[in-house]
This record gives sequence, C-alpha cells and structure tokens, in this order.
Amino acid sequence: MHYIYCPHCEEYREEEEFHAAGEAHIARPLDPEACTDAEWADFLYFRTNSRGLHHELWVHATGCRKFFNMTRDTVTYEIKEVYKVGEQPQVTADQ
Amino acid sequence: MSEVVAPEKEAAVKVAVMNQLPGQEPRAESPLHHADLETVAKKGPKQGGVYLQELKLLGHLVLRGSVDNAEFMSGAEKVLGVALPSALQSAEAGDLSVRWISPDEWLVIVPGAKAFKLERELRDAMGGHFAIVNVSGGQTVLTLSGPNAEEVLKKTTPYDVHPSNFPVGKVITSTFSKTQAVIRRTGDESFELVIRRSFADYAWLWLQDACAEYGLVVRG
Repeated sequence: MHYIYCPHCEEYREEEEFHAAGEAHIARPLDPEACTDAEWADFLYFRTNSRGLHHELWVHATGCRKFFNMTRDTVTYEIKEVYKVGEQPQVTADQ
Repeated sequence: MSEVVAPEKEAAVKVAVMNQLPGQEPRAESPLHHADLETVAKKGPKQGGVYLQELKLLGHLVLRGSVDNAEFMSGAEKVLGVALPSALQSAEAGDLSVRWISPDEWLVIVPGAKAFKLERELRDAMGGHFAIVNVSGGQTVLTLSGPNAEEVLKKTTPYDVHPSNFPVGKVITSTFSKTQAVIRRTGDESFELVIRRSFADYAWLWLQDACAEYGLVVRG
C-alpha cells in the first residue's frame, strides 16, 4: 500500500482512501463547435501512456473528496510530488 | 421579447428553507430505528470493553464556502459562537459542534430542534457565495467509547488512531470498513462517528462483529 500526501488534508493517508482519475492537465477545448472531429476525439479519448514520469489526477475519495494532481513514475510506482489543481508540476520529464 | 431578466444583485437572495422537524407528525425515525437499540441495551450486557450509543435525530448542517470569503467566515463565527476550525480540527460551543470536512466544507451538529433556527440565523449572518444544507435525515451519529474502542477502530479504518497522531478534537473522514465515516476523538477512550443513513445498518452489523471479542455494551 502507498502512503499518499493529500495537499488538502495536509497529511499522509492510506492509498485505500484515494482513487486515480486519469491523466492530469487535459484542457477542454474552449469552443468545442470549432473543433475538428480529430481534435475532439483527442480530447475525449486519447491519453498518453508514458513509461516513466506521468502526471495524473487523483481524488481523495473517502477523505475530503477533493481532486489533486500527482507526478508518478509508472515504472517504479514512486510518487514524485503532489500538487493542487491549477498548479504546475515541479518534476517534469524534460528535466 | 429578447430581454434577459437578471437577478437583482442587491436584493437579498431568498432561499426556501424547510423545517425538517415540523411537529409530532410525521414521526421521525433514526437510521438505526429498525435495530431497536433501546431493547438491545436493556437485554444486553452491562459490562464490556466497548460502549456504543446512537445519538439520534440530531440536526446536521453542512456549511460550504471559501475561507477567503470574510462574510462567510465571520458570519459563521458570530452565529456559531466559535470560528470555523482549520484542517482536521473540530470545535465545540455548548451543545453545538463543528467539524472540518474539507477545505471549503464544515459539518455543524446541534440538537435536532435547533437546526431550523440555526440555519436561518446563519443565512441572515452570512454573505457572498456560500451554501447551507440540512442533511439531518441523511446521516446519524454513533459514539464509541471504552477501553477497547481504539482497538475496534484499528481494525475498521486504515487511519492511524494512536493518540500521538489522532489527539482529542481531531476529526478525519476515512474509510470505515467498506464504507466511510467522519471520525472524531472526543476523549482518551471515546470517539464519535458520523455515518451515512444508507450505510447505517452495515456499520451497525460491522460494529457488532468487530466489538464481539471485547464485549459490546449498547446504550439506549
């Protein structure tokens, strides 16, 4: 089991309380009507499947029920950082 | 006729507020009504390691608003008599208690008959963007106390309930067996659980099983 830091509760909690909610930083197109089918499909369905660093959205499901972002290594499962929605990651692949 | 009628910003926002305990009829039943804890308490053992009691039909109000909204924070403090607590803390003032639930959410519990009046007072005192919802019918309060109460929580929740990590007054929402509960330490050997109505029977069955090895004493 992982011990995950919730940036809203400001303490470590058991992984059991959390749920992964997909890739982070997926911005909804401001004008969906102006999107091509390919752009819209890309927003709806296509996600990166990175080997290594990955930015994910998580929710503290049985805790404060708030969403936050996490940078995680998909190979080692190591959690590099957590940060609130709206903030930018400090640990990125190009470092 | 393409006029858009925008709500007057200056006018006080009126919200329909319902008194959920209007009188004797209809009769209110707590989420554990079917378990008939009074009879269980009378017939059951009087000594044991864990004491369980339902504090039923209390008034539960969920307050939501931003800590940056001064009108919300000061209005709450004025009416409640205590400031809205910070993360993972709770506060009490007489028969009223406030729990931190999330960064913009607090749970206030008062005797059932006071909820309607309190909700109206809060609405009058607060301003800006906020929400108050009376969730009295949706959840109930259980108290768990006794020398083995902590042991029961240890096998029920993954949270570290040791006093060094979970002192008196601290409140957390966590996994409670296969459901969730708001858990607060109210004393060295006493805890308060806020559980959902739909999971009340499950929690009751779970607690009976989990407390069996220590001896469960139900108080009516």
